Amino acid sequence: MPDIAYEQARHGSSIGQPLTRRDGFLKVTGGATYAADNRPEGLLHAVVAVSRIARGRVTHLDVAAAKAHPGVVEVMTGANAPRLAQDPDAKDNPFMFRLDLLQNDRVRYAHQPIAVVIAQTLEAATEGAELLAPRYEVDPPRIGLDAEAPQAPEVVGAGDKAVAARGDVEAGLAQAERTVETTYETPAQYHNALEPHAIVAQWDGDRLIVDTPSQGLAMAKMRLAGLFGLDPKKILIRSPFLGGGFGSKGSLSGPQVLGVMAAKLVGAPVKLVLRREQMFGPVGHRAETRQTLRLGTDASGALTALDHHTLTATSRYDDFYEPASAISRYLYAAPAVSTRHSGVRVDTGTPLFMRAPGEASGSVALEGAVDEMAEACGLDPLEFRLRNYAESEPISGRPFSSKALRECYAQGAARFGWDKRAKQPRSMRDTAGRLIGYGMGTALFPALMMQAEARAEIRADGTGTVALGAHDMGQGAWTALAQIAADGLGIDLDQLDFQSGTSDLPNAGIAGGSAHTATAGSAIHSAAASVLAQLAELATNDARSPLYGAGNAGVYARGGRLVRRDDEGRSEAFSEILNRAGRAAISAQGQGAADPASREAYAMHAHGAVFAEVSVDPDLGQIRVTRLVGAFAAGRIVNPRLVESQYYGGMIWGVSFALHENAVVDPRSGRVMNANLGEYHVPVNADVPSIEAILVEEHDPHVNPLGIKGVGEIGITGTAGAIANAVYHATGIRVRKTPITLDRLLG
Amino acid sequence: MTFHLTLTVNGESRAIDLDDPRVTLLDLLRERLGLTGSKKGCDRGQCGACTVLVNGRRVNACLALAVSLDGAEILTIEGLARGEQLHPVQAAFIEHDGFQCGFCTPGQIMSAVGLIREGHAGDDPERIREGMSGNLCRCGAYIGITQAVLEAQARLSAEQGEAA
Amino acid sequence: MNRFDYVRAGSVAEAVAAAAEPGAAYLAAGTNLLDLMKGGLTRPGRLVDVTHLPGLDRIEHLPDGGVRIGALVRNSDLAYDAGFAKAHPAVAEALLSGASAQLRNAATVAGNLLQRTRCPYFYDPASACNKRDPGAGCDARGGETRLHAVLGWSEHCIATHPSDFCVPLVSLDAVLEIEGRAGAREVPLEALYRLPDDRPDRETVLEPGDLIVALRLPPQAAAFAGHSRYLKVRDRTSYAFAVVSVAASLRLDGGGIGEARIALGGVALKPWRARAAEAVLAGAEPSEANFRAAADAALTDARPSGDNAFKIELARRLIVRTLARAAAGTPDRMPALPASAFSGDALHA
Repeated sequence: MPDIAYEQARHGSSIGQPLTRRDGFLKVTGGATYAADNRPEGLLHAVVAVSRIARGRVTHLDVAAAKAHPGVVEVMTGANAPRLAQDPDAKDNPFMFRLDLLQNDRVRYAHQPIAVVIAQTLEAATEGAELLAPRYEVDPPRIGLDAEAPQAPEVVGAGDKAVAARGDVEAGLAQAERTVETTYETPAQYHNALEPHAIVAQWDGDRLIVDTPSQGLAMAKMRLAGLFGLDPKKILIRSPFLGGGFGSKGSLSGPQVLGVMAAKLVGAPVKLVLRREQMFGPVGHRAETRQTLRLGTDASGALTALDHHTLTATSRYDDFYEPASAISRYLYAAPAVSTRHSGVRVDTGTPLFMRAPGEASGSVALEGAVDEMAEACGLDPLEFRLRNYAESEPISGRPFSSKALRECYAQGAARFGWDKRAKQPRSMRDTAGRLIGYGMGTALFPALMMQAEARAEIRADGTGTVALGAHDMGQGAWTALAQIAADGLGIDLDQLDFQSGTSDLPNAGIAGGSAHTATAGSAIHSAAASVLAQLAELATNDARSPLYGAGNAGVYARGGRLVRRDDEGRSEAFSEILNRAGRAAISAQGQGAADPASREAYAMHAHGAVFAEVSVDPDLGQIRVTRLVGAFAAGRIVNPRLVESQYYGGMIWGVSFALHENAVVDPRSGRVMNANLGEYHVPVNADVPSIEAILVEEHDPHVNPLGIKGVGEIGITGTAGAIANAVYHATGIRVRKTPITLDRLLG
Repeated sequence: MTFHLTLTVNGESRAIDLDDPRVTLLDLLRERLGLTGSKKGCDRGQCGACTVLVNGRRVNACLALAVSLDGAEILTIEGLARGEQLHPVQAAFIEHDGFQCGFCTPGQIMSAVGLIREGHAGDDPERIREGMSGNLCRCGAYIGITQAVLEAQARLSAEQGEAA
Repeated sequence: MNRFDYVRAGSVAEAVAAAAEPGAAYLAAGTNLLDLMKGGLTRPGRLVDVTHLPGLDRIEHLPDGGVRIGALVRNSDLAYDAGFAKAHPAVAEALLSGASAQLRNAATVAGNLLQRTRCPYFYDPASACNKRDPGAGCDARGGETRLHAVLGWSEHCIATHPSDFCVPLVSLDAVLEIEGRAGAREVPLEALYRLPDDRPDRETVLEPGDLIVALRLPPQAAAFAGHSRYLKVRDRTSYAFAVVSVAASLRLDGGGIGEARIALGGVALKPWRARAAEAVLAGAEPSEANFRAAADAALTDARPSGDNAFKIELARRLIVRTLARAAAGTPDRMPALPASAFSGDALHA
């Protein structure tokens, strides 16, 4: 594999520059257009009515009352909803989720859509939905991890094995000097992107144009094509900006499809935006877990065995099992490791990928259990982790493609001042008398590669275009991918026309798994390399060019010119090459995907170390995370400004996981009782006084041609556990259930 | 029944005929005046994405009835910059990467402008964090937001000092 | 939101007449009313807009040393009124610990006093709630009750009153000026609220058409200015309702406590004046032991209404803390910020 990083370090690069966001001006002036900001001529407003029961069927809707409200145009129910070309319960891949699309009167979870009211104004549609006053036949809901006897799923997450093991865990535990068995619980959490799921749908005959936020444009297009029996070419999805996704906009959700159906029913453009409480049901969530870990260590504190079992819940009608045990497959060295999952089916909406699915929940439990074992061994938590440092991936035994975790530990600990940690819990105080605790956790997220395509072009005026249907949900695709594109084509950013965010562009795969920049970036790189190869071919075979005879490998591109590698004084502008050849442009397609041989040979993960300081009021239990320091090694950094922001955001999600997020479900009704942003807490600004992120240098020649690992999700992992461990260190109270709330610390 | 209102929106006086008293200020701006910069994140005053200035004070546009605001001056994110010249708060948000997805950003910026005008937080980061806590950012851009408000506050108070 | 008639009142008399009709409600800022209407929890047929009434937005410092606050004064304007905050620091602290800056800029003082409970079962139209639907039952019983009442609740309702502002106000004997169909009258704030008993739908003593035009703090209230605090414990550092809050004000005579005022928030369906605790402290030394005794007295009748026994212990500790802070003296820079355990003061003075 060519060493691209070296090439660009030598020849100058957009990659690596802390550029501000190219979409920044639009976003700070209100000019960035999100789905619900579209207002086509003749637009009608649609509002969803949702079920208040979790199981049963709808027996009556007062359609007449809704229709009698001035401005209401139509009420879409099971009786008149357009029939679909495909059963919405059909499922041919793990990213395809079963949808409730008014094809029957069945209710499978609370907040399931049961009707849509379409009106001339939003006010009329909203009140029309209220007036439907549904009546139900209610069956008692089955809610919670004890709802039924657990089953053993074969796969968890998106196709991971539910069970993976190496060695004999029972023997390892039997031989151990010390053992710890401990159980951690995490609640259901809801993505709650600030932008509710929204869609503006317009039909023009058999053509369909939709504005809707999507983390997977091509997949969404195929889903719509299947459901409506359309040629995918007749569908255009526009998603230039997502108001946050976090996994909930990866697969098209039911309410988005309902917007398309409503537009079809009334024959006019329709806007449908979910109300905040409706975000708690039909658009996915992170499922609750109960995780039991058993650890054994020998006299030196080296693990002899690690067993990680997760009990989780999926919906009654679909399969998504939170792969929380998986993190123990990657992180700590032990001769015997077992990771298992079991699940129950409950009457909720189907759980879904939510920022660091599996890893986030699993990390809280694993890092807590490791902290418990470190203490049992009398070892500093950092020292314990270093003694159990995995030199190869614990279960697979493969070497790591790169792993700068030791440097993360060292740099993070130094910056944080970990050496000032008192050994005994409840022995540090600040000057005001508050309890202070230090805790740490190891962060890890797999360095995945999806599949993506891109198109690149250089024109005779020296400008270039890179186009692909990529997704910017805040991670910065408009900026980071453009930086990769400019470098790939050897032009300055201001000479680049970067097109993205619509489904008519080459398929950029999905923005998920922290793999979008790596995958789409690789596709861009490959397309750009093909363009340059063609350009070089033209120049080096043309006697009139100063590059004549240099051969393809003998030039590189920079600043819109090809330059002879062996004589940098000889170069020629792209425009000259193309004009002389009488070519208006040269373009090429490129692809990004995992290299199977590298993946077979190496384990690939980003790593990090997170150190947390908390203060706890000794009398009142009130907790504040006063300081977080995270050091992360994630291969090549495309834009350090944006990467830092990703780490901050992930670490704040860690704060949220540890101290705040908790969907409170009343088991009697199956309803989330805090389905709003006032009571479903996420951190506010005052919860986050100080965060530092250290970008630890790491060079990875195997992970992909650009050497990029993902940065979007790793920040949560490690952080939530570090905070929980810090709370223990501050108070001497080990809370094994998140969120850690003040009532648990009153002692 | 039609309600006749006069609002000054981003410096421009507008006569508005409203056929429905239920229209909130936010829905008036977004759905009827085409000013979609202000965002609806919760519609219940719990997220701050709809923050605008009414008579110079930051409020949640989702929890105000337009009909009740007859005669008010409204400033939205669209009215903050002078052409290409960004307001210091806007510029600082870009420089400090005080946003990711950008959805909460118009509300954050209007809230920051309001906070600085109120003059109670000064250059104390803890008071800025507290004062900005009515604006949720799910992406977690709070570090950049606080830095941006600090810098904008410093710039604006320096400008004020020069003017005086 | 249901359809309604919108009436803009030109005078108090006009407002009272218009709002006396069944199904009518007053609209001030609407920060709570619109929230409830959007949730379908209240469906008034008529909104009487009082925001354009003249003269109700003034803070008047009265010659007798009291203060009269117009009903339409915005929460933030009152909190940042320098004279008011100096005389009534705990009230300013309470105001600024409520909601968000945006909401405080909009919400009026009278609206704050009349805000409805945040009980999730009240807010969930599919749950049985005796407040919304008298006789329907209370689904909060046996449900999620972590934040529910520990004082003054009944089998019919275990909700709490969410206001911060009203907590120090009841401790300082605030009085409401009300205009109604029968003319003007005054009601002590503490008497405004009803405990749930068997009719939790009857939340206040207000009659149809009654309009709060002002609230007054008596001259004696300012005597506590030097030793007056409001502390609020909540689940996030800001922008959250109280788990428990306490207002404590002391008038120190020499080394002893001349008079104490204590009220609790987040524990009952009304701001809870702790007179028994005040009695314990009258004439006593400001010591931790006495503060503990006062806290015990305040919570003698407390009992959990569900999974919330911790609130009793938390309230006990918060009373002790708030009294200690009050005894240490009101900080120079008021209001301290945030009004919580993280205000930077030493925990034990």
